[in-house]
Amino acid sequence: MSETAIRPKLVAASAGDRLRKAAPLLLAPVMALAGLIAIADPATWLTLTVAGLAMGLMIFIMASGLTVVFGLMDVINFGHGAFVSVGAFVGFTVLAWLAGWTENPAVIMNLAAVFLAILASMAVTGVLGLAFERVIVAPVYGHHLKQILVTMGGLIVAQQLIHVVWGPDAIHVARPQSLRGSVIVFDAVIEKYRLFAVAIGLVLFLGMRHVLRSTKVGLLVRAGVENGEMVEALGYRIRRLFLVVFMVGSALAGLGGVMWGLYNETITAHMGSDLMVLVFIVVIIGGLGSIEGCFIGALLVGLLSNYMTFLAPKVALVSTIALMVGVLMWRPEGLYPVVKAK
Amino acid sequence: MADPLLTLSGVHTHIGPYHILQGVDLVVPRGGVSVLLGRNGAGKSTTLRTIMGLLKPSRGEIRFDGRLIGGTPTPAISRAGIAYVPENMGVFSDLTVGENMQLAATQGAFDATRLSWIKALFPPIATFWEKPAGTLSGGQKQMLAVARAIIEPRRLILIDEPSKGLAPAIVTAMTRALGELKETDTTILLVEQNFAMASALGDTVSVMDDGRVVHAGDMAELSGDAGMQERLMGLSLEVHQ
Amino acid sequence: MIDRLLSGDRPNSRPLALVLIVIALALAFAPFLFPGTKSLDTAARICIFIVLVASYDLLLGYTGIVSFAHTMFFGIGAYGVALSLSALGASFTAILVGVLGGTAVAGALALAIGLFSLRVKAIFFAMVTLAVASAFAVLVSQLSTITGGEDGLTYRIPRVLTPAFKLLDMRILDVRIDGRLLAYYLVFVSALVLFLGLLRIVNSPFGRTLKAVRDNAFRAEAIGYRVIWYRTAATVLSACVAALAGALLAIWIRYTGPATTLSMEIMIDILLMVVIGGMGTMYGAMIGATLFILAQTYLQSLMGAAEHATGMLPLIPDLVAPERWLMWLGVLFIVSVYFFPDGVVGRLRSRG
Repeated sequence: MSETAIRPKLVAASAGDRLRKAAPLLLAPVMALAGLIAIADPATWLTLTVAGLAMGLMIFIMASGLTVVFGLMDVINFGHGAFVSVGAFVGFTVLAWLAGWTENPAVIMNLAAVFLAILASMAVTGVLGLAFERVIVAPVYGHHLKQILVTMGGLIVAQQLIHVVWGPDAIHVARPQSLRGSVIVFDAVIEKYRLFAVAIGLVLFLGMRHVLRSTKVGLLVRAGVENGEMVEALGYRIRRLFLVVFMVGSALAGLGGVMWGLYNETITAHMGSDLMVLVFIVVIIGGLGSIEGCFIGALLVGLLSNYMTFLAPKVALVSTIALMVGVLMWRPEGLYPVVKAK
Repeated sequence: MADPLLTLSGVHTHIGPYHILQGVDLVVPRGGVSVLLGRNGAGKSTTLRTIMGLLKPSRGEIRFDGRLIGGTPTPAISRAGIAYVPENMGVFSDLTVGENMQLAATQGAFDATRLSWIKALFPPIATFWEKPAGTLSGGQKQMLAVARAIIEPRRLILIDEPSKGLAPAIVTAMTRALGELKETDTTILLVEQNFAMASALGDTVSVMDDGRVVHAGDMAELSGDAGMQERLMGLSLEVHQ
Repeated sequence: MIDRLLSGDRPNSRPLALVLIVIALALAFAPFLFPGTKSLDTAARICIFIVLVASYDLLLGYTGIVSFAHTMFFGIGAYGVALSLSALGASFTAILVGVLGGTAVAGALALAIGLFSLRVKAIFFAMVTLAVASAFAVLVSQLSTITGGEDGLTYRIPRVLTPAFKLLDMRILDVRIDGRLLAYYLVFVSALVLFLGLLRIVNSPFGRTLKAVRDNAFRAEAIGYRVIWYRTAATVLSACVAALAGALLAIWIRYTGPATTLSMEIMIDILLMVVIGGMGTMYGAMIGATLFILAQTYLQSLMGAAEHATGMLPLIPDLVAPERWLMWLGVLFIVSVYFFPDGVVGRLRSRG
């Protein structure tokens, strides 16, 4: 009789269940379609959609670290925006040094300059993340209120230090030669840089997915998000894992900062904290701790912002809030709530 | 009971403002199954969590194989050779069964003989290797949790209520599997409320109440002595009678 | 009598009581003790910020939730009065309409945000309020036809409250008894009443329940308290008081714009005042607001002097320049959260 009991059988996922899981994936295409209907002009729509994807992917890059850090250690870093700003300024400095490369018409020189800028800013923000975690976050584990306050304090100090090093004024960032201007696709004017941003964003997303799904570190991160205690009980030091994730998350924020700086062509010390508004909206929409949710949320916010900037510019930011409210009405914990075993 | 594998002496543990363990003395001899009985809230799970380092003892000594491990971080305790199957099973539902097993194999690669032995012990592990663990049934999750704990040879396995919430038939299967595991010279500390399972597997038994061990002895003695059962069962097993 | 006014919540420390009495008396007699437009303006701002910070403390210190929308409610109160004075002309009716309207809007918005985001996780609340407040600030500067945009609104207030109005044709202690003095005492008395009211709230059964919820939400829920209800009620109350503080500011400076009411800088100032003064004490708001605004007004010139004095050294002048004062506050803020979570009030109490 015990034989029947342990005979393998799997509860088949019902159709409704599968739809529940897949439904968020449909949101971005639905949003794009709704945009097409509202805008009516396909060329304008294409321009805006590429812009939206570029913006969404850049926000995803910045938000991904924040959401995984939260999932893994229940730490919310309100100072995350500081890494975005610092990354942008470091990137700007490197690009300014390499002015000879960026003003060179050769594409390869331009790209090399951008990649060096990205590498430098990721290195700086990664190390900064290490310091931030050790000095600011580590003493306030398990205490949300203090985390919010202390990381906010860290943000203030970091922004002020940017003023000390780079001065208080907004700085103009010139895009390298070959990333300036636009191309015409199906009558739509598309900035080259946006295509570049989309490409980088997609590569990063796929890379991140690969790491999370197919490497041991990735498995540990996913397992740790669900049940950190059990990861420790299996013999892994989750604190060390967390430190690595925190550094990578900070470095990604720095990368996002460089990309955003080149996108906007202007950088300020408070650009990071301004962007945090969108980052938080994205993270909440996706479900705190969920990387897939974060990705979808970022695309939604990017598309919606760009469509609304065209349709009703005054309420663009408010519309993203409305989107967040709508999603939370539908799923109170975000698109992909992270299962916590506790 | 010379040279026991694990001893707790006078262990106190607090959770927040609550004083849960109030001087636990517990001896787990080498080899065999030691059973920890007691009613809900007696402190059995807290005892396991304290041994595992998930809770820090505020007072007292925990010795594993002669070494003090009280207050050591959990990963170090795990690497010293203690495996843990928590009450909620601690299965990573987002990962596949195979990935769950992979994380448990801290040496990197699987030992092929051991893996096929485990697959024979728990057939669903083989069948659902590629499936997300979240889609398993309760009994299958429990099997995965135990399988994870034994994928590499461990010196001591802490198992928290493997029968909890399972159908009687699955409990019987689980009892048989643990019985087979016992033959491999692994020491098991088993928290259990199901007396049938406890008495079938147990060599020694400790009974807890109110954060202390109130009785320690041979399982056979307890199984054979109706009066003693009555006295201790009153404490520990009334819910299940 | 004093005990009743303070709702039985005594400072419980001689040095603390002394500091509080000095602040209260200095504010009560500010026009006579510190004559001059700048010092009167500083005193009025201190009064307004004491209320604003105390209402924030109700949320942060007593309920244990972090909101970044407090300046939004402050701004709603200010814009309520500003819009109503601009539309209805300089009358007390207009002020009343503005105050009631602003407070009602603030309360309703707080209710919506609270019910919406507090039901999931308290941490959602911090993020949602940050997003909503930023969007609100952007919206206000975009809708320039109504709000005056970035330039804000300038309007007239009832003549009785302006310097042009002479109440007595004589001077007391060499101070002219004019409408400006009346306006100051309107601010002072309103602030006093609001502060004592908040003190009453936190010492009522409701306030004690808030603390129980803060310390152990799970347990409070188990005993039968509806945690979300208490958190939302505290959010609404604190929003309404913030709106009233905003109304006072709108009357006092006769101008309302994003920079004086809605900016994130003010939100950070409020956080600094609460933490440095002492969370969960109410009196911390008095001390924090007073210290902060005095420092903001007078310390920066001191830092300017330090910048000059160190002019020869590398980097140091940059670090002590008056513009850097926010950085040092940030450092002080982090250090306070770690080491003195009870702030100045906690320090004084542990001595007294």
